[in-house]
Amino acid sequence: MTTAASTETGERKLDTINLTINGREIMAKKGVTVLEAALGADIYIPTLCYDPDLKPYGGCRLCVVEIEGMRGLVSSCTTPATDGMVVHTDTPRVNQSRRITMELISANHHGDCLACAKNQDCELLKIARYLGIEQDRVERLRKGTQVLSVDDSHPAFIRDLNKCILCAKCVRACHEIACVDAIDIAFRGNSARIATFGDKPIVESICKSCGECVMRCPTGALVPKWEKPPAEEVKTICPYCGVGCSLYLGVLDNKIVSVRGDSEGPANKGSLCVKGRWGYDFLSHPERLTTPLIRLPGVARQAGHNGKVHEIFREASWDEALELAAKRLLELKQDYGPDSIAALSSAKCTNEDNYVMQKFVRVVLGSNNIDHCARLCHASTVVGGIAAFGQGAMTNAYSDFEKTGLFFVIGSNTTECHPIIGSMIKRRVRFGGAKLIVADPRSIELSDFATVRLSHKPGTDVALLNGLMHVIIRDGLENKEFIRERTEGFEELRQLVERYTPEVVEAITGVSKADIEAAARLFGEAKSACILYGMGITQHTTGTDNVKSVANLLLLTGNIGREGTGFSPLRGQNNVQGACDMGALPNVYPGYQRVDDRAVRMKFETAWGCKLNDRPGMTVTEIANAILGGDIKGLYVMGENPVLSEPNLEHFRQALEKVELLVVQDIFLSETAWLADVVFPAAAFAEKNGTFTNTERRVQRIRQALMPPGEAKADWEIISALAEKMGKPFDYQTASQIMEEAASLTPIYGGIHFDRLDNGGLQWPCPDTSHPGTSFLYQDGFARGRGKFHAADYFPPAESISKKYPLVLTTGRVLEHWHTGTMSRRANVLNELYPNGVVEMSPIDAARLGFIEGDLVVVTSKRGRVEAPLHITEKSPPGVIFMSFHWREAAANILTNDALDPLAKIPEYKVSAVNAVRRRKKLR
Amino acid sequence: MANPSGAQDTQVLLQQQEGISEERLNEILSSYQGKEEELIPILQQVQQVFGYLPEPAMKRIAKFLKLPESTVFGVGTFYAQFKFVPSGRNIIRVCRGTACHVRGGARILREVEKQLGIKPGESSPDLEYCLETVACIGACALAPTMVVNNETHGQMTARKVTEVLEQFRGKK
Repeated sequence: MTTAASTETGERKLDTINLTINGREIMAKKGVTVLEAALGADIYIPTLCYDPDLKPYGGCRLCVVEIEGMRGLVSSCTTPATDGMVVHTDTPRVNQSRRITMELISANHHGDCLACAKNQDCELLKIARYLGIEQDRVERLRKGTQVLSVDDSHPAFIRDLNKCILCAKCVRACHEIACVDAIDIAFRGNSARIATFGDKPIVESICKSCGECVMRCPTGALVPKWEKPPAEEVKTICPYCGVGCSLYLGVLDNKIVSVRGDSEGPANKGSLCVKGRWGYDFLSHPERLTTPLIRLPGVARQAGHNGKVHEIFREASWDEALELAAKRLLELKQDYGPDSIAALSSAKCTNEDNYVMQKFVRVVLGSNNIDHCARLCHASTVVGGIAAFGQGAMTNAYSDFEKTGLFFVIGSNTTECHPIIGSMIKRRVRFGGAKLIVADPRSIELSDFATVRLSHKPGTDVALLNGLMHVIIRDGLENKEFIRERTEGFEELRQLVERYTPEVVEAITGVSKADIEAAARLFGEAKSACILYGMGITQHTTGTDNVKSVANLLLLTGNIGREGTGFSPLRGQNNVQGACDMGALPNVYPGYQRVDDRAVRMKFETAWGCKLNDRPGMTVTEIANAILGGDIKGLYVMGENPVLSEPNLEHFRQALEKVELLVVQDIFLSETAWLADVVFPAAAFAEKNGTFTNTERRVQRIRQALMPPGEAKADWEIISALAEKMGKPFDYQTASQIMEEAASLTPIYGGIHFDRLDNGGLQWPCPDTSHPGTSFLYQDGFARGRGKFHAADYFPPAESISKKYPLVLTTGRVLEHWHTGTMSRRANVLNELYPNGVVEMSPIDAARLGFIEGDLVVVTSKRGRVEAPLHITEKSPPGVIFMSFHWREAAANILTNDALDPLAKIPEYKVSAVNAVRRRKKLR
Repeated sequence: MANPSGAQDTQVLLQQQEGISEERLNEILSSYQGKEEELIPILQQVQQVFGYLPEPAMKRIAKFLKLPESTVFGVGTFYAQFKFVPSGRNIIRVCRGTACHVRGGARILREVEKQLGIKPGESSPDLEYCLETVACIGACALAPTMVVNNETHGQMTARKVTEVLEQFRGKK
């Protein structure tokens, strides 16, 4: 230890250099540039093209300095600082050069500072003042440049190239951070300007609207359309996907007026995507619920609303609405028993909301009938992960990706569904030398970055993964030591995959033998590999087998429990990990402690002071049949919209029309809330305190930035009030009190305390308050002891194409929208960028069927029909059509199959047999 | 590089006339390895075959070289040799050299622009003419000059522009 420590200090000394700037001795880290060394010592050097997140560019020539021993003026942003260097940043020669440069830059900058949206924080203006630039000298240098028309095609920002000074920060951010490359410098000389491909308006380009360019523009060339200077900024977490990006909401007059990424956010390091940056105006949308609502007597529940709110509901006081809900719930409990009521918790809500909700169901209602949408996205991950490793969470952290040599992305359209992780992968491939295998039936953005691309048929994942393992074992690329020391069940797997020769797998999956061999070798030979997957793996009747096969491949090659390796199920919702952790599941209490384990149950009975039900409850996907069968009489829904998110919607809608009591709490009158008897108005993420747990198990604080609209309350407050009305008060005053109780009962959250979450949160397991959290799991052993191989045979999807239904429908999300659109379709920018759902079809199928772009097509399956305009794209392979499920007018889930995975009870959203015909009436 | 209005129709027209096809493009690309540094030679060869750089061709080249489409466009537009709109069948060049400038070359250019309804670097929508400017054609004694295809016309005036264009329209 002593030796190690002394070497470390020795290295630390070697890591720093000493240089003199303006006569001052400066210490700097080795490898920094002269500019960074100066900035680090609070010595100002003007610059327009430097950005700490981007590579040195040396474009603006303002940062020139004199360095003794070097000829001429050198740009400090591209010159590495070296030991003993003597630098002068403020000499007459330097300043004269900077002034001339600045005058030339200013002469090409056209615009009226008075009317410019950037005049408060224009870098150009700041530097012009610092250098003392004179207006008339600039005017003399001006050349009659052509006035370019302003590009205001984008709903979120304006591009005024007349104000552009060609620092290329936008081009570099697009290339180096977002890896989208929508823009570059084009044309020459005086005409040189930033252009999209073909110099078209930005909205017609491949721009993904992440806004990394807008945030970095030093002038008014790129400015947000709606932003205002905030009165205060509140640090919180993005409420959209499971990446868990940290951001600052700027608040003025109880409205969000600006958003910026938190450069210290452990997940995003300042980056945001289109939703995270522009998607918050739903918070102040006029349709927000502001008072409790009660269904008018005699108004029948009818799915697919088209009436007016006041024709169906009347406004009520909190007291009256709570009283009514409490009375009806107690009646049902008394008449039909506690198991006759089910509740859906929400992966959009905080850990605290979820904890209180599951406690309400278990303590007040007296059943375990609590579940949430994790059932529909990652139930198979939890089941498969527990079987293989003992736990179902992502085993690694994003920071680990920096050390990953090979990414294997299967069934995840990462750049659309987890955009910030998508960019991380692209950056690692583009700049870090990492390799990438992409397996997806569709051609996704990541496919263009892939070393090997496998386009397998939907639902053939087990066969594909078995095929890869076949080649790895055949070629002796498996990690024999890891298999021997840390796993069990290898022999069964070996025997099974022996049958999956490349020939067999090619016949099943449609992937060529050569590609299977290439991918297998790449994976088998990788020093560190991780597998990222999403709904493409989980949402199948073989979902659990798919997950187990992913686990098999990792165990086989020893790519788990080490830095840079891991099992990475990408969780969809902002807090789906947390909702599971908090026990919003029918079979476990918080921390995955089983309800049928007597010791566990006794612990919770003591803590909660009541007898608890020992029967595991009902899953989301079983509720519809239970309602229709008469077993479930009452349904309580918090912040979910099953009327659009369930598979085989017609069936589910029938059930909801039949249920005796439906209580919904939400921020909007969602399609589900329209059917409710009582609706409670809830506070949104920016209107309450609490925590979200992201997909890398990081528990992060969300903070109240706004007052809730009207009488809306935080979800946990609503449930607590209802519990009190039902005679079992919970007595929580703040969200942090709830987390304290949850942490005391949940070993993996033992050390989670609001006070510890201010700087980047903590990754569970975090057993006590001195524990720093756990970045990656299973370093020393698996949660279940040894990692277990599960030999899984290939079974085809529940539904296969037929003469009547000759196409495969696969569903998913698009970048601009979120789930059932309750939030994103009420965000102006997102809605304008992607206003309606489409059916995506390959050019080959379209030509065969005689369809043209924009045709209104009717898609039918055994379960129903949906109409939407056609979009012809090479993203879809022949024989496969794609629809996203955000749209109530074209609800893809009317078509999807509610066949379940037998173990995880997850439905097969990803494969449905459908037919598509053109409707005569043409759209637009 | 704003395309003149009706660019889409022009492309269709050109595809029919010149036979721009995926196959011809693939044929060109087949003699390259897909390395970044091959970009300019490929652009040159594509222009040689198609007469300009059609957008679909640039996209295909970007994919082939694994370069961003915006970069291919950026590089292409940097060089004066590349064209982004199809050439007309008849190339009209107006000289902007010193001698022509002194004798009123700018007026001649304006007149041609007015009569053809296109600006330098553009083609008429029916692809009959395209207009270019040149620095000097070496016939300074005849200034101001213009060249239609390979025929030089000297001592131009606005009225002579009408005559030349009409005479040439008559030839069609």
